[in-house]
Amino acid sequence: MLIQMEGSEAVAEAVALCRPEVVCAYPITPQTHIVEGVGALVKDGRLENCEFINVESEFAALSVAIGASAAGARTYTATASQGLLFMAEAVYNAAGLGLPIVMTIGNRAIGAPINIWNDHSDSMSMRDAGWIQLYAETNQEALDLHIQAFRLAEELSCPVMVCMDGFILTHAYERLDIPSQQDVDAFLPAFEPVQVLDPDDPYSIGAMVGPEAFTEVRYLANDTQLQALKLIPEIGSVFKEVFGRESGGLIHEYMTGNAETIVVALGSVNGTIKEVIDTMREDGAAIGSVSICSFRPFPLDELQDALKDAKRVVVIEKSLAPGLGGVVASNVRMALRGINLPVYTVIAGLGGRTITMTSLQEVFEAAGEDRLPDLQFLDLDHNAVEHEIVRARRTRRSGPIAENILRQKADGRNP
Amino acid sequence: MTDQTSQPVKFYQTGTHTVGNRLLDDAKRTVQSSMDRSNAITSGHRACQGCGEALGARYALDAAMRATEGQLVAVNATGCLEVFTTPYPETSWQLPWLHSLFGNAPAVATGVAAALRVKGRKDVKVVAQGGDGGTTDIGFGCLSGMFERNDDVLYICYDNEAYMNTGVQRSSATPPAARTATTQAIGDAPGNVFGTGKNLPLIAMAHNIPYVATASVADLHDLEAKVTKAMAISGSRYIHIMVPCPLGWGSASDATISVARLAVESGLFPLFEAENGTLTKVNKIRRLVQVEGYLKMQKRFAHLFAKDGKDQDSIDAIQAMANHNIERFGLIDVDTTS
Ligand SMILES: Cc1ncc(C[n+]2csc(CCOP(=O)(O)OP(=O)(O)O)c2C)c(N)n1
Ligand code: SF4
Ligand SMILES: [Mg+2]
Repeated sequence: MLIQMEGSEAVAEAVALCRPEVVCAYPITPQTHIVEGVGALVKDGRLENCEFINVESEFAALSVAIGASAAGARTYTATASQGLLFMAEAVYNAAGLGLPIVMTIGNRAIGAPINIWNDHSDSMSMRDAGWIQLYAETNQEALDLHIQAFRLAEELSCPVMVCMDGFILTHAYERLDIPSQQDVDAFLPAFEPVQVLDPDDPYSIGAMVGPEAFTEVRYLANDTQLQALKLIPEIGSVFKEVFGRESGGLIHEYMTGNAETIVVALGSVNGTIKEVIDTMREDGAAIGSVSICSFRPFPLDELQDALKDAKRVVVIEKSLAPGLGGVVASNVRMALRGINLPVYTVIAGLGGRTITMTSLQEVFEAAGEDRLPDLQFLDLDHNAVEHEIVRARRTRRSGPIAENILRQKADGRNP
Repeated sequence: MTDQTSQPVKFYQTGTHTVGNRLLDDAKRTVQSSMDRSNAITSGHRACQGCGEALGARYALDAAMRATEGQLVAVNATGCLEVFTTPYPETSWQLPWLHSLFGNAPAVATGVAAALRVKGRKDVKVVAQGGDGGTTDIGFGCLSGMFERNDDVLYICYDNEAYMNTGVQRSSATPPAARTATTQAIGDAPGNVFGTGKNLPLIAMAHNIPYVATASVADLHDLEAKVTKAMAISGSRYIHIMVPCPLGWGSASDATISVARLAVESGLFPLFEAENGTLTKVNKIRRLVQVEGYLKMQKRFAHLFAKDGKDQDSIDAIQAMANHNIERFGLIDVDTTS
């Protein structure tokens, strides 16, 4: 059924269609509308047989989820940014215990400086926690990925994060196809836990493991991710059979056929990238793009296949590894091991900075002529940073950086 | 220790406060004296000799198992109890048991209880447990949240007054003047500071939860009775058990019960119960003792009795704490007839 709906509301509907039994939440922008939505569905009785628990922190939210999942309940929570970092210890723990919790991340920058807008720093910080990480390109995909996520998580007994861009997706209204309960029930079997706290069959979960077995346990965590590499496309095809549309999978290719320049990115920015590609293709540029849906597990082989015939790769990424450059770009280079292709890193959209078609086109054109540096910050205000670097060198007590930059920008606007 | 199977029942002499079993009728006998006790934590675990925590946990859990007819799930914070009971791949736990992290046991237990509720398993109850560090420090936020929501969990704190598992560092439950690895018995104010304290049973009471109690391994029958009572109540319940640690306290491993008893009889560790935020019962002190005897049994207070001079000020200050408890909780019957 097609309905005009906010992204968050649609995710709440999708989650409810999956019949979670325990949902716990702690509010943080831009995730709030999702859990408010689920909470309302529980309260008005539309989502039956579900405990909605308001907790005192994100650490508690995921901890409640851990207990609920270990006791055999289908469990969901959502967070973003500072909240994800606040629950970090439990994020690793949930994966280590092999609990199939599904969690939405409404992607948002991490402070300081505090910033509520979108980038991928939050989920990227947890990329190696052992969770499967799926990135949605559109709100329709965000909705669909949640339905797939429960099936994936429960088949593998591994937690799944569905990452959707804060505001750009969470707060955007679009016409969306909300599946029927009947179809979701047909697609998503009842949760059969591989381990459960049951007095009739008591065992210990979370015991101390020493050097004699720890490596093997971690090996199996990696193996689970490798199994996910096979399962994600399979689940994608079953999803298509039931719901009649493509969603999810490992990667999406766009005009990569004879492309010399291939752009790689995660999430909603792929929409803008495709529009730029359309424009440039009209002018004869050989350019295409790959959107990575599954960042963990990372589809090394699929990505290599998609990129290997290009002349160069441009990674547009919304996170920064200070002291190295790009997180995604480093992973893409791994996919290209043994293949000599330049991989340009373009850090874009940090803290919600708009990624414009004009700026992207400039970058892609420069890349086409191999005029790009290895690492570039899209639309960086060079004057502002140069000015601050010089000032900080001159004065020992130069003050807080963020405030200095803000003041400079304000002065620049009204000299 | 067995690999998650059951073990034959053994019998132990259980001390003056619990003997007389043969003279009592069945209902009043201790859980430990029963042929049917669950052995929730079987022997063979790696606790030190004379470990108060192992003893307290065994009595508490067996009582809870009996009260729930074995329909019980346990959640454990990181700490000695967790480590000494589960050296991979063995476990002492004869009931479903989950360890997640150091600071989240109350929240994990909330999750387990929620799942059981939604699954219609009203018969299965949840116990969460942690050391004083896991409870009064790092898990404090989660515990307060659990209380405030009145989640259906019995939380048991095994208070040995320091972080024992990591090598006896101070916690917010460490008493003033006590030597720990991070409050060394050196300098002008040796040992832990004389602060304002952090009385978790009173803080629990301030949440108006249905049941709060303190207990001690000095009176195991009382401990069992309190756990049994707690299991008959729904909502958040809190039991704070004093469990001496021979290693951390520097007390003899055969003196665990005596040390615990002196803490009670001096007034330093008052035994009481509270319901819905109101004090309902205190265990009167049977034979009042001064704190000095208690302190002298433990090397962590040895600097108060140094050869080159006793630290009378500190001893007096600790005595004042005991006196304050006696007054505050009415631990001694005041003769009003004269
Ligand atoms: C987040 C975190 N910080 C620190 C530790 C290290 N740690 C493990 S157990 C423990 C002390 C436990 O003390 P307590 O809760 O009093 O239990 P006890 O061992 O004394 O029974 C500490 C500090 C940890 N496991 N996790
Ligand atoms: S260190 Fe203390 S609490 Fe830990 S096992 Fe030994 S006696 Fe028990
Ligand atoms: Mg302790």
